[in-house]
Amino acid sequence: MIEVRDVTHGFAARDILRGVSATLTEHRIAVIGANGSGKSTFARLFNGLVVPREGEVLVDGLSTRSHAAEVRRAVGFVFTDPDAQIVMPTVAEDVAFGLRRRGLDREETRRRVFAAMSAVGLEIFADHPAHLLSGGQKQLLALCSVLVTEPRVLVCDEPTTLLDLRNTRRVLEILQGLPQQVVMVTHDLDSVGGYDRVLVFDEGMLVADGPPAAAVGHYRSLIG
Amino acid sequence: MNTYVPGRSWLHILPASVKLAGLAAGMVVVLLVDSPAGIAAAAGATALLYLTAGMVGALPAQVWSLRWLVAGLVALQALTSGWAAAVVVTGRVVVAVVLAGLVTLTTRVVDLLDVFERVLRPLRRLRVDSERVALVLALAIRAVPVVAGLAAEVRDAQRARGLRGSVRAYAVPLVVRTLRHADALGEALVARGLDDPAPSAR
Repeated sequence: MIEVRDVTHGFAARDILRGVSATLTEHRIAVIGANGSGKSTFARLFNGLVVPREGEVLVDGLSTRSHAAEVRRAVGFVFTDPDAQIVMPTVAEDVAFGLRRRGLDREETRRRVFAAMSAVGLEIFADHPAHLLSGGQKQLLALCSVLVTEPRVLVCDEPTTLLDLRNTRRVLEILQGLPQQVVMVTHDLDSVGGYDRVLVFDEGMLVADGPPAAAVGHYRSLIG
Repeated sequence: MNTYVPGRSWLHILPASVKLAGLAAGMVVVLLVDSPAGIAAAAGATALLYLTAGMVGALPAQVWSLRWLVAGLVALQALTSGWAAAVVVTGRVVVAVVLAGLVTLTTRVVDLLDVFERVLRPLRRLRVDSERVALVLALAIRAVPVVAGLAAEVRDAQRARGLRGSVRAYAVPLVVRTLRHADALGEALVARGLDDPAPSAR
């Protein structure tokens, strides 16, 4: 469970988030809003990438301010640009890299890496240079590299923005099938139909929060 | 910069620590060679290593990638020290780089990092984080294709706008994009918990 308690955050004279509170318990949650509305900053609160200036964020009761490392182990984060998330030269090495500080032996690491690659269909590219993958495959690798650490919550910040329709569908299908709680920031209003809850942001404030149809309707009315 | 090519040769199977020790010994031998005949023998031995490791197909590309360095070194040495010195000095550099290339072609980066971590572990007493040093090495290796890709994108954008000869129009966006990439990569590393202390270290 993620609790956001009266969070205000920003830089200098501009607040990016203003007085946001929400308790997220649902399995599938989407966050929508215009560019600059604060939705990505809101998502970055969940694993401590952004620590709020005012207010508090708790993940399963742990504060992102005082228990950052524990929170990051519980909350995986997938960014928009997969190129910025790939660290190692080959696919299998990159997936394994996230496990380096987990204290696992080689056999357990190998087992987990293969299972994670198989789950997203990347096992045939195990020794392939990561930078030579297609955009869609790179995003699957980024997703795989996070999932291998077995987070309880997965936060995705516009994971399909740079992908074509086929790869977008593939990533969304994989996200839909995950056992984890998923929070997805997106501009793709068609993809949030099956979600349990949709949060709408506008000018740093949570302006609508509810089932997809009502929330998307509110967002459409906002942008005219 | 090479990436690992999977294989089952004796060199692939050999532990990374042994390969790195062998590479260090090879470098010393190459540095001690001081005649064109010795350089030719070292080059022949290196080619034999590529052959037995099943990597001979990668050898021409390895040497070709050094063409500008070779041209510069040969010209400089020939002018200042004569042709024999030019062959020896340039030959040393080429053999050393190509030997190092063979290690990266036949060794996974994670295995190399494990060796670096083990070697650096005693420095923990001096508060040197061996895992962090290994991470920096991994990022340096990863940065080569990334920056090459960014450079190609900038060059294409430059051509599309007809700015072919402008150094500034090439360098400024490349530096900006590289810094942006570094920012995003740093954020991704933090998100993956790679900046957090290892459980055993806490």
